[in-house]
Amino acid sequence: MIRVVLPAHLRTLARVDGEVKLDVPPPVTFGAVLDALEDAYPMLRGTIRDHVTRQRRAFLRFFVCGEDLSHEPADTVLPEAVAAGDEPFLVVGAMAGG
Amino acid sequence: MSGIRLLVGTRKGAFILTSDGTRKSWDVSGPHFGGWEIYHLKASPADPNRLYASQSSGWFGQVIQRSSDGGRTWETMGNKFGYEGATGTHLWYDGTPHPWEFARVWHLEPSLTDPDTVYAGVEDAALFRSTDGGQTWKELPGLRTHPSAGVWQPGAGGMCLHTILLDPKTPGRMFIAISAAGAFRSDDAGASWRPINKGLRSEQIPDPTAEVGHCVHRIALHRTRPGTLFMQKHWDVMRSDDAGETWREVSGNLPTDFGFPIDVHAHEPETIYVVPIKSDSEHYPPEGKLRVYRSRTGGNEWEPLTKGLPQRDCYVNVLRDAMSVDSLDPCGVYFGTTGGQVYASADAGESWTAVVSHLPSVVSVEAQVLP
Repeated sequence: MIRVVLPAHLRTLARVDGEVKLDVPPPVTFGAVLDALEDAYPMLRGTIRDHVTRQRRAFLRFFVCGEDLSHEPADTVLPEAVAAGDEPFLVVGAMAGG
Repeated sequence: MSGIRLLVGTRKGAFILTSDGTRKSWDVSGPHFGGWEIYHLKASPADPNRLYASQSSGWFGQVIQRSSDGGRTWETMGNKFGYEGATGTHLWYDGTPHPWEFARVWHLEPSLTDPDTVYAGVEDAALFRSTDGGQTWKELPGLRTHPSAGVWQPGAGGMCLHTILLDPKTPGRMFIAISAAGAFRSDDAGASWRPINKGLRSEQIPDPTAEVGHCVHRIALHRTRPGTLFMQKHWDVMRSDDAGETWREVSGNLPTDFGFPIDVHAHEPETIYVVPIKSDSEHYPPEGKLRVYRSRTGGNEWEPLTKGLPQRDCYVNVLRDAMSVDSLDPCGVYFGTTGGQVYASADAGESWTAVVSHLPSVVSVEAQVLP
């Protein structure tokens, strides 16, 4: 079970409290995690990555086990700790006001 | 007794203000979608409980919301706004070609007859339509692929399609306006378009009378006389009596003819309202006095309406989609400010009351009469 932590505004949009838990078959890449997230919560489509290009939205980042994977390709396999559910996959909104 | 619902979009959420037909006391609901920019909300003329809202954020992009119960509950609809075919280029601020990029929905215009059909005006400028209640969106590409589109340029706020007017008398006729391309008309339900900017004069572009390139801020019409259009341009208040074929200036005795919104009295097609703003770089009322100006002669002769509005030290702006009228008698007039006030007049502008005073900066106001 993959644990995903969303920014507050996306939790509100998806109508979830706390972490999201997803079943993702191996290999657990972060692209596969995002696919599973969007399948489970279609209202999130387009809010994390572009509908067509699948590019990450500029002001979002993906953190895993203290590392920033935002610039890695979507087929990057996530660490075993994430695949096992010991560590969450974090979708983080950029630190910015406004 | 009829009621009134005001749909207010702000920089940090939506608010719904309701009153009975006296329009004296108001209930405030919100913020809905707190923290998100709500450029526009609008109700279907065919179903008063069907509302559409444009929700967007620099972080998370565009979301479309729909309510079927007058704004008590909402459901997230489709947000895939893909341009049809080759996207092409327009001119960027520096005059170089720039590919069309979707940024956000500025304006939602529900069909006059079908609650499931709604048009969306977007940045970069294009027109989309949904016929399934907002679940899916399809571009009407005839506008964006107009031969003049390659030289359209963004205004300071982006290259936005901000006004959509559906002609209630001529089937298939619609008007749109883009900053800073100008006004356009379709006579075939959005399939093809042509610029309707003859008579506009803009000294800020190389050819002041060019076919396109004018920064039209807003256009408005009266439902009984849709061949007459009123326009607040960047500078100049304009009027057309031939469905946009030609325009003439009707700024008359306004203290300044810069401004953003313009609207028409619900029962008097020759009574129009504007909010003069000092200049294009000083986006606040002249002399610190917030004044709505009304013309009962279809322009040229204007009177200030000040009762209940701040007449000193007021430096707010009123954005293009932030004025609306209701169809009660007397006509109600409403507007919101960048300072977070929403002012209401239940007597066609003679006197004003601040319905709310401390909302986030107001982007849009739509008035809706409830049965």
